Amino acid sequence: MSAPQDLPRWADIGLIPLLNVFAALLVSGIVVAIIGENPFDAMMVMLKGAFIYKGSLGYTLYYATNFIFTGLAVAVAFHALLFNIGGEGQAYLGGLGAGIVCLLFDSMLPALIMVPLAILASAGFGAIWGAIPGYLQAKRGSHIVITTIMFNFLAASIMVWLLAGSLKAPGQMSPETRSFTRSAELPFIHDIANSIGLEMARSPLNLSFVIALLACVGVWVLIWRSRLGYAIRTTGHSAGAAEYAGIPVSRVIIITMAISGGLAGMMAINEILGVQHRTILGFTSGYGFTGIAVALMGRNHPIGIVLASLLFGALYQGGAELDFEFSTINREMVLLIQGLIILFSGGLAYMFNRPLARLLGLWLNPGKNIPTTGAENG
Amino acid sequence: MRVAHTKVNVARNSEMAHSSIISSGGETLPLAIELLNINKSFGDVRANRDISLEVKSGHIHGIIGENGAGKSTLVSILYGFYSADSGSIKINGQDTPIRSTADAISNGIGMVHQHFMLVPNFTVLENVMLGHEGSLSIEMASIVARAELQKLSDNFGLAVDPDMIVENLPVGLQQRVEILKVLFRGGRILILDEPTGVLTPQETEQLFDILRGLRSEGVTVLLITHKLKEIMAITDDVSVMRGGQMVAHQQTKTTSPAELAQLMVGRKVLLEVDHTPAQPGVTVLTVKQLSLIGIDGVALLSDVSLNLNAGEIVGIAGVSGNGQSELLDVLSGITTPTQGEFCIGQIRISADQPSNPSKLRDIGVAHVPEDRHKRGIVLPFSAAESMVLGCSKPDKENVGWWLSPAKLDAGCLSLMHDFDIRPPDPRLASANFSGGNQQKIVLAREISTEPKLLLVGQPTRGVDIGAIEFIYKQLIMLRNAGCAILLVSVELEEIMSLSDRILVMNNGRIVGELARDDADEKQLGLMMAGIAAYESSDKPELGAKH
Repeated sequence: MSAPQDLPRWADIGLIPLLNVFAALLVSGIVVAIIGENPFDAMMVMLKGAFIYKGSLGYTLYYATNFIFTGLAVAVAFHALLFNIGGEGQAYLGGLGAGIVCLLFDSMLPALIMVPLAILASAGFGAIWGAIPGYLQAKRGSHIVITTIMFNFLAASIMVWLLAGSLKAPGQMSPETRSFTRSAELPFIHDIANSIGLEMARSPLNLSFVIALLACVGVWVLIWRSRLGYAIRTTGHSAGAAEYAGIPVSRVIIITMAISGGLAGMMAINEILGVQHRTILGFTSGYGFTGIAVALMGRNHPIGIVLASLLFGALYQGGAELDFEFSTINREMVLLIQGLIILFSGGLAYMFNRPLARLLGLWLNPGKNIPTTGAENG
Repeated sequence: MRVAHTKVNVARNSEMAHSSIISSGGETLPLAIELLNINKSFGDVRANRDISLEVKSGHIHGIIGENGAGKSTLVSILYGFYSADSGSIKINGQDTPIRSTADAISNGIGMVHQHFMLVPNFTVLENVMLGHEGSLSIEMASIVARAELQKLSDNFGLAVDPDMIVENLPVGLQQRVEILKVLFRGGRILILDEPTGVLTPQETEQLFDILRGLRSEGVTVLLITHKLKEIMAITDDVSVMRGGQMVAHQQTKTTSPAELAQLMVGRKVLLEVDHTPAQPGVTVLTVKQLSLIGIDGVALLSDVSLNLNAGEIVGIAGVSGNGQSELLDVLSGITTPTQGEFCIGQIRISADQPSNPSKLRDIGVAHVPEDRHKRGIVLPFSAAESMVLGCSKPDKENVGWWLSPAKLDAGCLSLMHDFDIRPPDPRLASANFSGGNQQKIVLAREISTEPKLLLVGQPTRGVDIGAIEFIYKQLIMLRNAGCAILLVSVELEEIMSLSDRILVMNNGRIVGELARDDADEKQLGLMMAGIAAYESSDKPELGAKH
């Protein structure tokens, strides 16, 4: 009775997320109408702001890069039935890792060594920050949701302490490190395009986007093609079967959380190595949390996550445009639309399953009588 | 055959019920509970099929059956947790639709669950009045409730200190609080679901005293259990369930534990198995005084010793829940024994030297688990993926560190042909195969490892007759090839068709051993009921071990 209705795979993967987004936009449209603006105009501004205006696509993809990393992080953990709410803190610590190696070595190492080293450091620091809650869950039974949330706060405190203290650039007031040298920078895509003669507007989009796409392939291979991924999925689907098969469940949990944390940590390469070129306070600005919604919406599959990341990237970028264009619509309005999308594609993700299944049932096999009322009464 | 059997019993029972109503002092009491043709399905599983039941007022009525026989579903329907798909319920002679637990409570039905529904940090009084405060002021309510509770305690001999915190009470007293809760709500029909599972023998005795007291006050008790001893000790009438059906209604004093055991386990058409005499080889498995204590301190296995040789099938018979599952878990490395040890070849496993399933697999132990959905396969996985579950050696079974779908599919497909698994589609989700084919997936996987020792639990549970024959043949072939097989089954026929030697388990102990040719259902039934072990004077060949 309570089991979700069976839907054809294509409808479950393709149609349901679209319906959810549509419902969210519909409600957003109503809100926009209530405050006295034309929802269709607003929609057009958002679309143009996200994709059409000069450089806007670059911004959208730049935001999407962050969401891909944090979304993948949540998805990997979820395959082992672990809710990693700590993407924010893991990404933050990733920024610390990248920052430390850059501060230490950027004046002596060439970019070809410096950048990979910084990437490894960001993934490594994130991995440690994910593995500790993993260890606590596996060996001590502390719930992963609670510990990862707490680790977000720990990460924030550590970063404030370090960035306002020992890592702060000497002789400076703001809580951030000194700028790194050129050898610690990931090149901007527009620079690469321009150097090979393609005209491209300036945007913060950098090589991290390509790394994010490679990470998608990596995650797909890990989860569906590797032995470790098999163990991760077995642990997630059936603890009894994992136990029976002799899969070391505790170890799998710790390793999964390390991989998850590492992916979240790599979000820092987009912000720190790609754009800021120094470690600053609060550069994660909620991307880690939005990653949860991205993974939910993308059904924990890399392709879905890329699509969902594009959507959220477009919302961020187009939303900024809305704020700029309409005096009545501000940043909070954009947050509301994001919130509605998260609500409809996360919290209410299965709302349309049953009606849709019934509809498709009627449509695909009109002859067959679909039981609409269960035998409720004895 | 089974159907005919049932009808006779039901007819006899209703006659008896009729006569007893007339004879009870001229006053005709209506039946406390009458269930008519109750049906309940969960998806394709028919948990209850055409169940009819009559429970006489002021009687203690037992429902006995194995785990999964449908007892819990039935009482859940009676208590309003589930609604039946069809059928009707009469309480005290009145047609009473029960749609919710509130309906059940207002009709005087109360239930004591196997796992107590108490607030641990509340006092006894607070627990009892919870939900029935009847006043905005808790002070006022507790004065009324305290008086009422005192009255109930006196009337029924249920002494509990109302101001004790529940979590500080022993389990037996907590159960008493549960019973008081029911009585406090005006319950006159008390359902107890496996009440003695958590109790010590002394506490069980006290519970039975309480139940007898309740009966003398006119309370009707419905006792759900799978323990024969309890049925015999306390009930007036007993109904037997098996496979979702009611198979017999009996008066307790006219039946015997052996008969009930047989009814519970069932009688199946003997399958023709080409069973040639075994040629036992070297000893593969030696179990020495193995014990296992559960987390709640209950002994699950006590002092189990056995030997298993290459080329023989040893069957373990017993009513389910008597330690067989735990024995399989220990021998396959999933659980570590508390005491004792077992040796597989040269490898010794004990509490000091624990092992794990992959290590044991590496030394040639294969395991067909009792519950294929929980352990044997992973339902959302493709058949090919389930086919490599537990294959621990990276260089084996096409499973390296890299899982190549082509290789997995090819390996799976060849096993699917060898074991006639239908449909032969390696990409189909494991959940979409029928029970028999799922079981064949597990069996194919385990047999293909060419094990020295095969542990098999309930190999044909929920499997159709064609697959059963196939599975039996495979097991015999494997035995003839020199594998040692330990077979746990609650199907007596299965044990008798396949085993070369039969061990019987009761209450976590091995209570007897029979050679294949000496075993018959009656003897096995007695031993399974735990009777032979205690009355061995006139049957010296039984229960030699204890």
